[in-house]
Amino acid sequence: MNLFDWSFAWHILPDLLRASLNTLTITLLGFAIAVAAGLLLAIGRRSRHLWLSWPVAGLIEFIRSTPLLIQVYFLFYVFPNYGLNLTAMQAGILGIALHYACYTAEVYRAGLDAVPRGQWEAVTALNMAPLTAYRDIILPQALRPILPALGNYLVAMLKDTPVLSAITVVEIMQQAKNIGSESFRYLEPITMVGLFFLILSLGLAWFVRRLEGRLELAPR
Amino acid sequence: MTVQVTFWGSLLAIVSAIVAALGRLSSVPALRWLAITYIEVFRGTSLLVQLFWLYFVLPMPPFNIEMSAFAVAILGLGLHIGAYGAEVMRGAIRSVAKGQYEACQALNMSPFKRFYRIVLPQALLAAIPPGTNLLIELLKNTSLVSLITLSDLAFRARQLDQATFMTLEIFALTLLLYFLLAQVINLGMRMLERRLSRGRMQGGLS
Repeated sequence: MNLFDWSFAWHILPDLLRASLNTLTITLLGFAIAVAAGLLLAIGRRSRHLWLSWPVAGLIEFIRSTPLLIQVYFLFYVFPNYGLNLTAMQAGILGIALHYACYTAEVYRAGLDAVPRGQWEAVTALNMAPLTAYRDIILPQALRPILPALGNYLVAMLKDTPVLSAITVVEIMQQAKNIGSESFRYLEPITMVGLFFLILSLGLAWFVRRLEGRLELAPR
Repeated sequence: MTVQVTFWGSLLAIVSAIVAALGRLSSVPALRWLAITYIEVFRGTSLLVQLFWLYFVLPMPPFNIEMSAFAVAILGLGLHIGAYGAEVMRGAIRSVAKGQYEACQALNMSPFKRFYRIVLPQALLAAIPPGTNLLIELLKNTSLVSLITLSDLAFRARQLDQATFMTLEIFALTLLLYFLLAQVINLGMRMLERRLSRGRMQGGLS
């Protein structure tokens, strides 16, 4: 028996690529939600009102220190009992997005803390509404330094998508396992999935590094 | 089971992190490239893919290496987190002041003794805060080993759920347990940091 059957690998490539579209959809959609929700969480955590900032801080800490797998189980198996039916795909995207929203919230917090104090005082002195202040003054300054860190979480998120195969989302890992159990050949599909992730995450990392260089060169 | 996997996994992770960081900083090109390949491959692919590779691919014909789920879990988690830890250790080792190396040379220490007695204790201290993050990451990732049929906390939770249908209680309790375990790691590492930094000059911006 060959070590690595190339014709078999070629044969299963289309199946894997089709499943990889699911992986990419989950990553991009989840990341979009995470970036938006993370910003809200970060601003909520900074709020002056204790009734808002404490629960948000608690939620962030709790989600950050429990495993994604259990959270996704929770969304997928507990919520239907209360009438909220999510498909595996929806539960997966929602779960991974919430999980990473809490991570990005911390990144945003670092960015917001890095905005000079004078800027916050100036905003107050000019009597700006909170919405205008955040949109026009604070966020443009806070976002630039944290873009690379956000990019890192995009890579991390991509690599966490296989976890969703546990709730029957057919992404690339699940597809590879299906192929394996049909043909009793695990070497090719799982190796190819590994390569897929390696190439994609190296590519994304390269992109993030370029972004970093670009942002440093940009005039202040 | 979760605690066991976390414990042995973190031991393996720390060892492989130190070894890989040393390899990465080595002046021998072959060693350096070996370490870079290890770090990039394990950081670049998904942990679940690695676990499946170890569990499903290795027993198949070309390799014929069969391992228990427990061994695979420790090996996979340890090597995965170790690759991340290697980068942390690299930064920590590099942050040891140059004067320390020169002092060791002046005292005619052997390279091994220099690393073991002088560089490592200082580097470990610098590596503790990011290391804590990685250990918590490792704890959370142990939930993935349930997918290769090891009966850890997550696996048991699924089993109990199928047996009793008390879904909310079971999963809420599981989440809480993981949270508590993470806090234990947090606390332990903070105590370790205090212990290691004893006698170190504090204060100022140094």
